[in-house]
Amino acid sequence: MKSEFIIYFCPPIKYYSWFNMSEIIKLRKGLNIKLKGSAEKMLEVLPFPATVALKPTDFPGLTPKLKVKADAVVKAGDALFYDKYHPEILFTAPLGGKVISVNRGERRKVLEVVIGADESAGFIEFTKADPTTLSEDEIKEQLLKSGLWPFLKRRPYGVIASPNEKPNSICISTFDTAPMAPDYNFVIEGQMDTFQTGINALAKLTDGKVNLGINNDSKFSHVKNVEITQFDGPHPAGNVGIQIANTSPLNKGDIVWTINVQDVLFIGRLFETGKVDFSRIVALTGSEVETPKYYKTVLGAPVASLIDGKLKQADYNQRIISGNVLTGTKVKEQCYLSYYDSQVSVIPEGDDYELMGWATLGINKFSATKTFISSLFPKKEYELNANLHGGDRAFVVSGQYEKLVPMDILPVHLLKAILVNDIDKMEQLGIYEVVEEDFALCEYACTSKIEVQKILRQGINTMIKELG
Amino acid sequence: MKFIKNFFVKTEPLVQKGAKFYWLHSVHEGFFSLFFVQKDTSKSGTHIHDFIDLKRTMGVVVLALVPAILFGMYNTGLQHFLAIGEAATTGFFEMFLYGLIKVLPVIAVSYIVGLGIEFVFAQQRGHGIHEGFLVSGILIPLVMPIETPLWMIAVATAFAVILGKEVFGGTGMNIWNPALIARAFLFFAYPAQMSGESVWVALKDGDKLVDGFSGATPMAQAAAGNIDNFSVADAFFGFIPGSIGETSTLAILLGAVVLIVTGIGSWKIMVSTIAGGAVMGLILNIFAGSAGLSPEVATYFSLPFWQHLILGGFMFGAIFMATDPVSAAQTEKGKWIYGFLIGILAIIIRVLNPAFPEGMMLAILLMNTFAPLVDHYVVNANIKKRLKRASA
Repeated sequence: MKSEFIIYFCPPIKYYSWFNMSEIIKLRKGLNIKLKGSAEKMLEVLPFPATVALKPTDFPGLTPKLKVKADAVVKAGDALFYDKYHPEILFTAPLGGKVISVNRGERRKVLEVVIGADESAGFIEFTKADPTTLSEDEIKEQLLKSGLWPFLKRRPYGVIASPNEKPNSICISTFDTAPMAPDYNFVIEGQMDTFQTGINALAKLTDGKVNLGINNDSKFSHVKNVEITQFDGPHPAGNVGIQIANTSPLNKGDIVWTINVQDVLFIGRLFETGKVDFSRIVALTGSEVETPKYYKTVLGAPVASLIDGKLKQADYNQRIISGNVLTGTKVKEQCYLSYYDSQVSVIPEGDDYELMGWATLGINKFSATKTFISSLFPKKEYELNANLHGGDRAFVVSGQYEKLVPMDILPVHLLKAILVNDIDKMEQLGIYEVVEEDFALCEYACTSKIEVQKILRQGINTMIKELG
Repeated sequence: MKFIKNFFVKTEPLVQKGAKFYWLHSVHEGFFSLFFVQKDTSKSGTHIHDFIDLKRTMGVVVLALVPAILFGMYNTGLQHFLAIGEAATTGFFEMFLYGLIKVLPVIAVSYIVGLGIEFVFAQQRGHGIHEGFLVSGILIPLVMPIETPLWMIAVATAFAVILGKEVFGGTGMNIWNPALIARAFLFFAYPAQMSGESVWVALKDGDKLVDGFSGATPMAQAAAGNIDNFSVADAFFGFIPGSIGETSTLAILLGAVVLIVTGIGSWKIMVSTIAGGAVMGLILNIFAGSAGLSPEVATYFSLPFWQHLILGGFMFGAIFMATDPVSAAQTEKGKWIYGFLIGILAIIIRVLNPAFPEGMMLAILLMNTFAPLVDHYVVNANIKKRLKRASA
């Protein structure tokens, strides 16, 4: 109640911290979902896995063209496939070894390129240089050749950046507010110089600035060559899209690039060592994990290598998610980690009937509404499962989504414009400003169980198809 | 409880497409999901979902209506025994029981007819049964005078569900509030039976009435210039004749607390509707002394503005009818405008047009019609802001 009045009467405010004169933006809309199973700040280094895989399906809208066949031997950094419409964008092997198989799905769509890792296969050598001494084109070429380019995503649409365009700015969020998300202040420990090298390389790619969104007490507050803005507020305050919308919102024709913190480290390492090093720290989280903590592994590692023996014994089904519970992908044990993910979440599947579930008091039922007793305990952590908790319905309740999106946008009207395929309206209502993760909370909270993220991606695909 | 689950699970194959009882598919699904939240899990997008669903949402609204329902039953008895002059000698429970016996059939008819039609439509369309009617089905009895014949309730409910809702595509698609459509249908189709002074109090032939009993609602009396014939306390607590659920402002406010605390009802619409009514009441107060008004109208003009809020269906409409999320404005700014105009219009119609003593019903239906227009301007403002930002 109180919070709702505050949301309504106090718009996001902007003020300047006297301490370091950086800008602080306080966001009021949104929701923190407190789940049991956040990672403890402990790091375990895993041995390199026996196999790794790249999945073209991790890149929305990509048409992959294979460069290797099964049984080919590749070095770390060798191209496995490329983008049919941008042949210069390569996707490279995270580890050297032999291509074991190319797994295909319906209509021979490439699903996975699996490599049997073998350290003796060696590395491709790239230029080792301080990026501040290199030109924009040299940096671009190095990123494209080494397969680091796909980590740069562009807004609008949240797809891989095009090498032919120049972004107004590059935006990076250094904190993640999603449920049980990894803490980048912990992940970055001891790697701050590499991060700075990566930032220096990125800074050459834009005429504008590299914007860093930080939270309170951030280790990133001393990064140089960037414009720092501090954000304060519940999820999705850590989403880069929300940060862009609250600093300089995207207009038609604007292009902003975004990249994740750990992917900046890949770029930093490439320029520091001249080799690709795709090792990444992944948080294994969720109520089904015995001891949730951080693991150092490598991009595209098998899910099994991360979770084997670490889950709770259960006589019910468990759901393994590459990513967080709001935006991640459901994976099986024999699958591989998704390209952009720094988190694996394991929750109960919840595929069982619940007697009169809709009518219970709900002491253990977290809700964005105040219709369950649980709303009296704001600090409680919950064990949530993947059940829908209701049937799908038409839009009935109004005002629900608006409370969860801290942007000047009308989510329901945008979604309805997508549903009726009205391209003009989609543009007018701000489709350029959002990607799925920005509306994920709406999908979580929706009374009518509407598949918000799926609809939004549909709309984005339509825009790409019609307007390019 | 296990046998219920087993029953539903076992009978599931029988209602699948092509099976013998496919025509019961929606009913099976409807009752199964009523007893058991289904085992479906997330297939795309977020992996966790809020525990709220439409059943609980509607359940909370029905819960919020409980004070008004219970009081309505009691008041039905009270008004009856007042009319025959036995109120002083009749106990509370006797009055309540009398009301219960009078009101239950009305509720039953509304639910049986409405849900029956919903089942048929859901089955025809091959989708699940949506919960919208759980609330409409209780709202319809509450806005009816107690002496409305049951067949009229049935006809009105059928009209509301078919022409007010299903022709638009069912729950979530309707333009007007279905319960008010039912009320308006009866109001215009059977004006002789639905107004006047004999429908508000439950009486049977042969009841001996007390001297001076009129049966008119305070609102009808106010329209006739007799605003002193009721006490403010009676109107607030609800000891007055009127539609079954609308008389007690107190019971309705209890419901409002439930709706606001749970966040199910829009407090913006409630506040702005009440503000609109109060403002219009004040405006009328200002003009109460102007020349050319007939004495009855002049006295109605001078009714203290806040008393409008406790008379007739104003509060019931503001809390339970105007806030129907489907037929109300959908944008947050639009809700303020929508509610405020309902308040203004309700009082204008009520006071200035003696043919329609219940202005609230018409005001809400009118604003239901214009809610998309209100939203259109709010959405356009957002679009313009975006365009302006781009060209700046």
